[in-house]
Amino acid sequence: MPQAHCHSTTASVDLPSQAAKVVLVGNPNVGKSAVFHALTGIYVEVSNYPGTTVDISSGRMGDMGIFDTPGVYGVSAFNEEERVARDMILEADIVVNVVDAAHLSRDLFLTLQLIDMGFPMVVALNLMDEARANGLQIDVAKLSEELGVEVIPTVAVRGEGIAELRAAIGRARRGRPTPEVAGRLPGDLPPAAGVLWLEDDPGTCARIGREGPGLREEIYRARRRRADEIAERVISETVAGASFSTRLGRLALHPLGGLVLLAAFLLAMYQVLGVWVAQDVVGITEGIWMGEYYVPWMTDLVGRLIPVESFLGQVLVGEFGLLTMTVAYLVGLLLPLVLGFYLFLALAEDSGYLPRVAVLVDRLMNMVGLNGRAIIPTILGFGCVTMATVTTRLMGTQRERTIATFLLSLAIPCSAQLAVITVMLVPLGPAYLFTFIGVLLLVYGVAGVVLNRILPGESSDLLIDLPPLRLPRIKNVLQKTYLKTKSFVAEAWIFFVIGSLLISVMDQTGVLAALANGLAPITEGWLGLPRQAAQAFIMGFVRRDFGAAGLFDLALNHHQTLVAVLTITLFTPCIASIMIILKERGRRQGAIIWLADIVLAILLGGLFHRIFFW
Amino acid sequence: MTLDQTKPGQTFLIRSIDDPAARLAAIRFGIAEGSLAACQAVLPGGPVVVRKGKQEMALGRSLAHRITVELVEV
Repeated sequence: MPQAHCHSTTASVDLPSQAAKVVLVGNPNVGKSAVFHALTGIYVEVSNYPGTTVDISSGRMGDMGIFDTPGVYGVSAFNEEERVARDMILEADIVVNVVDAAHLSRDLFLTLQLIDMGFPMVVALNLMDEARANGLQIDVAKLSEELGVEVIPTVAVRGEGIAELRAAIGRARRGRPTPEVAGRLPGDLPPAAGVLWLEDDPGTCARIGREGPGLREEIYRARRRRADEIAERVISETVAGASFSTRLGRLALHPLGGLVLLAAFLLAMYQVLGVWVAQDVVGITEGIWMGEYYVPWMTDLVGRLIPVESFLGQVLVGEFGLLTMTVAYLVGLLLPLVLGFYLFLALAEDSGYLPRVAVLVDRLMNMVGLNGRAIIPTILGFGCVTMATVTTRLMGTQRERTIATFLLSLAIPCSAQLAVITVMLVPLGPAYLFTFIGVLLLVYGVAGVVLNRILPGESSDLLIDLPPLRLPRIKNVLQKTYLKTKSFVAEAWIFFVIGSLLISVMDQTGVLAALANGLAPITEGWLGLPRQAAQAFIMGFVRRDFGAAGLFDLALNHHQTLVAVLTITLFTPCIASIMIILKERGRRQGAIIWLADIVLAILLGGLFHRIFFW
Repeated sequence: MTLDQTKPGQTFLIRSIDDPAARLAAIRFGIAEGSLAACQAVLPGGPVVVRKGKQEMALGRSLAHRITVELVEV
């Protein structure tokens, strides 16, 4: 699919320049993308919002362009997704506000904000089935009268109400603004910009060169009051019962039941990703497709043009070949793992389970200076530390991002590395496996506690909305998985190319062998490993599992295996991770993190060598 | 009393939220000073899950400690 990188602030389908822009806006998890797909049909384009990691979809409905925005609780700029949503909303001709009928009072805050901003709009009162299942009845006519805009009840996943919604978009009109806001709007600004200025939106204040009046909280309160009043007037509860999903959601947070459910979730994840994808699928994609077909074929092809033993031949198809190892690694190993991980993540995300995991682990994460939401990058890290580092962007403060990035790079082995380590440790018996897991947990905990102590500032507290648990929509899950995998590969491949090029040249010029000899005091003297282990560590710079694989070929006794495997896990993350860490954390901090990983790994490795008697 | 001292099943009125950023975020989720809400669950030493209508949200322990509430009978 071609990436739409255009220079306007909204990514776009091909539209005549005067075509009306209809922008879909709603809170997270309200079925906004289902409404979007129901309105647009199959011709949908997904692109990266310029300068961000946020994906947005656009499509057409008749002669109008329809744009989907990230789910937000209000129009503001608290994080990257909100900034994208805000900028897209500001370009809208018509707003379709998708509202969760089962959580009306929460959602009406955004609805009222959009009305205050003066957009012609229609409200899609979605998830009517869920509201009914929860015993809620909503007086739609009254809601429409209160808001001053049309309200169309929908069940978007089943297409209910979509025809009516489509017709209503043509009749979109401005609603009744909140009096506390309307009375204060500056006359010289369009209402949308005026509202954002009243609410001290930094982007808007900067753009119009005028300081905000400091009224944000007052306006938010007035709007919240009005939202609650409206909700009270239009909702009646028919039965006080809780639906099955509500009860399951509560079980997920029960002190005991929650832990059982979490254990089941982690076990399922290990089974699917650790056993099925990392071993069976990768065994086929890397072992057979790449190892038996692609690599020999490519080596043979290049061999016909230039001698394989030549410098260029080695760079292209040698041990670290650009056309062999790099491709086999990216496509055969990384792609299935990343795909599997994103699939799992999308399922956990769309089912509403992930926020509950965040709640369960919040207390533990607090000890290392993070809040429960940090569990998401941590889980991702077991798939690929590189991609996990990118997702630390969702954290509240820079302090948390520093801690999370460091812990990821130090103590979380990625799936590729885990696969090799599992093969090495399992034959030694459970004592070695448990020592490995225990030591990593200990290092993660101690490093986190220390960072939490020494880093200035404070981490943000957990404050999350818990969406109802529901069955994820397969189409949504697959699309999300595809998009995330695509953008990950697009971002990461260049680093793998650079990495293998570098190590190839080092290998060819003899630098690699010289380094191995030079490092003998560390490997032999301090860590108690054979001299050749240095090569494994140097290879570990390129890819972590590659380093582990380098150890695999050495004849190590049980004790040496344990020490070596622990050291290589704590040791530097792969070159792609390092590049991403430097990009995300800045050069100075990135370099410190990297050096700390290396120094700590060697220091602790030597200590383990002296402490462990098994 | 503060929110972290509430027990599951108790209903309360939120008196004050002593954290400007959390105050704004909470307003958008649906709870503001003056709102009526109920304690849904308390994880041992961990977050407090608060329910307002059909909606649930979780607040970290130390944030919950900075929220003053007043129990009400229902």
